[in-house]
Amino acid sequence: MSLVLENVGLKSGADTIIDAVSLRFDRGTMNILLGPTLSGKTSLMRLMAGLDKPSSGHVSVHGKDVAKVPVRRRSVAMVYQQFVNYPSLTVYENIASPLRVAGVAKAEIETRVAEAARVLRLEPFLTRLPAQLSGGQQQRTAIARALVKRAELVLLDEPLANLDYKLREELRVELPRLFAESGSILVYATTEPSEALLLGGRTATLWQGGLTQFGDTATVYRQPGNIDSARVFSDPPLNELTVRKHGARAKLPDGRDVSAAWLAPDLPDGEWRLGFRVESAEVDAPDDAAASDASGGTSGRFNGTVAVTEISGSESFVHVDVGFATWVCLVLGVHDWTPGSKVSVRVDPRGVYVFDQAGARVAVAAPQRSAAYATTG
Amino acid sequence: MNDRPINNRAWLFVLPVLVFVLFSSLLPMMTVVNYSFQDTMGQNNFFWNGIAWFQNLLDPSTDIGGRFGNALLRNLIFSLVVLFIEVPLGIAVAICIPRHGWKVGATLVMIALPLLIPWNVVGTIWQIFARADIGLLGAALTRMGIHYNDTQDPTSAWATIVVMDVWHWTGMVALLAYAGLKSIPDAFYQAARIDGAGRWSVFRNIELPKLQKVLVIAVLLRFMESFMIYTEPATVTGGGPGEATSFLSLDLVKIALGQVDLGNAAALSLVYNLITLSICWVFFTVMTQLDQRKDL
Repeated sequence: MSLVLENVGLKSGADTIIDAVSLRFDRGTMNILLGPTLSGKTSLMRLMAGLDKPSSGHVSVHGKDVAKVPVRRRSVAMVYQQFVNYPSLTVYENIASPLRVAGVAKAEIETRVAEAARVLRLEPFLTRLPAQLSGGQQQRTAIARALVKRAELVLLDEPLANLDYKLREELRVELPRLFAESGSILVYATTEPSEALLLGGRTATLWQGGLTQFGDTATVYRQPGNIDSARVFSDPPLNELTVRKHGARAKLPDGRDVSAAWLAPDLPDGEWRLGFRVESAEVDAPDDAAASDASGGTSGRFNGTVAVTEISGSESFVHVDVGFATWVCLVLGVHDWTPGSKVSVRVDPRGVYVFDQAGARVAVAAPQRSAAYATTG
Repeated sequence: MNDRPINNRAWLFVLPVLVFVLFSSLLPMMTVVNYSFQDTMGQNNFFWNGIAWFQNLLDPSTDIGGRFGNALLRNLIFSLVVLFIEVPLGIAVAICIPRHGWKVGATLVMIALPLLIPWNVVGTIWQIFARADIGLLGAALTRMGIHYNDTQDPTSAWATIVVMDVWHWTGMVALLAYAGLKSIPDAFYQAARIDGAGRWSVFRNIELPKLQKVLVIAVLLRFMESFMIYTEPATVTGGGPGEATSFLSLDLVKIALGQVDLGNAAALSLVYNLITLSICWVFFTVMTQLDQRKDL
């Protein structure tokens, strides 16, 4: 069993909702659709489920085009961000509802509902109405409804977004395990890079209705194929910088001309877009040499002022205004810089992705960290 | 426990409202209460009459008691009939209203039009509309050989008043139900499609339960308004033929202004008021109970 999307596009009036997406999901795999709000995750899922018809391209299951197969005849289950259950039916009847519609024998309904209720720990609540449950229990009921159906395609559309932190952590671990035995194709939409990394599997990054990359989650994270993928897969946002390299010098957006020693040595002359994540940006004491970099000397180091510090868990994200951009830097431990204090940002050259003008990633040999830092003096 | 500062000057802000309520509700109300316990021989001389007016009113063997009982029954039947037609019809209309595009505005305005017409104008429109000699409806029915005459035949009179009320107020139920339907997230409909549920099942298991709260409000509003109906029958039938469409409010006006029987009229309006109040209280209790069942 595999689900194949071939150049699938969706238009609404003059707007392009989905732009020629090609994907292939195999049986028993966890596939993540990662993208910000309005990037087309839900629209793509609706196309996969058959709720909408693509304006162009083909969706095929088992190698057969399913354009003419109505939703109810497809083997699909879906869980939504909102807790969707039938308000007037008990938890038991809710879980049993897809089986009843499918005309499954009574005895089998009972065993399958009991099994799903056991796995999702809903046994004590089977006679209650959804409104009498907590949010987590309501979503577990919705998940049980999807599970009991034993669908070939299970679509999870930000299923944990409306749950509190603790429940999310719990269910995030359980979900892939629950559906793993069924051999279903699992598609999981999320806006959060960290969630994609935790779930593993394969990730498709979406940006403005287009697919920017599809591959093993870790690979997509480490080797973004283009600037959009890198942006989508970065939280806090990707730090960016455009430089014009000419020989051993590089021109910064603010017009300063600095040494290019911190850039990849094999990078040809020209204009390049650079991107690096928080962990490749370190905060350091202000560097006098960086300020007067026009003379040569220091590079890969940018003076700036602290705009704001966000503390998350035991990490601090320091937003530094470097004149031509505001970058986010990661500092381990809880620190609280006074806004306005002078610091410098040291960029780790190994974490810098180089993109061309069109945003495509350019493979370059990263310079040695020691070599770059040697110039820091 | 209560360590919030108490500032008695705050009462000053409430004072205007209290004065307004005093003159707009409390004083007129107390005048009615006064009349209901007193009798007069004219010259503005009143004397204490105890609860005689109320005893009269609630005793079906007296003239006033008989009229009261009959009118109350008519009111209840009218309210029930109107509710049983308007609520299901309103839901059906709401389901048919388009959900997107320019048609939404056009449809909603069309539906709301009858609600914007003053009540006595509604009565006048229907009085002419229903006339058996020149009215579009009345004349058409008569030409078709149907026996129809709303000034002579009680069945015709009732039918006219019920149809008029349905025409006038179904739009409000439809608008409320439409608002309720719009608030159901699309995900519910998607889930039903994926489950393979049919249209009836979607209505029965998703739309109706989600509409419950809004429908309680619709029923409450429609009950109250239909129970107090006055203007339209007063204009169209004037309570006739005979007593056929004499609702409580029409009777009340006849007794108070026609016969200037202030004692009986005052007792009747108080009891009428109490009945409306107690039914509203029951509805209110049901509503707040529903509120506690979150997320329905």
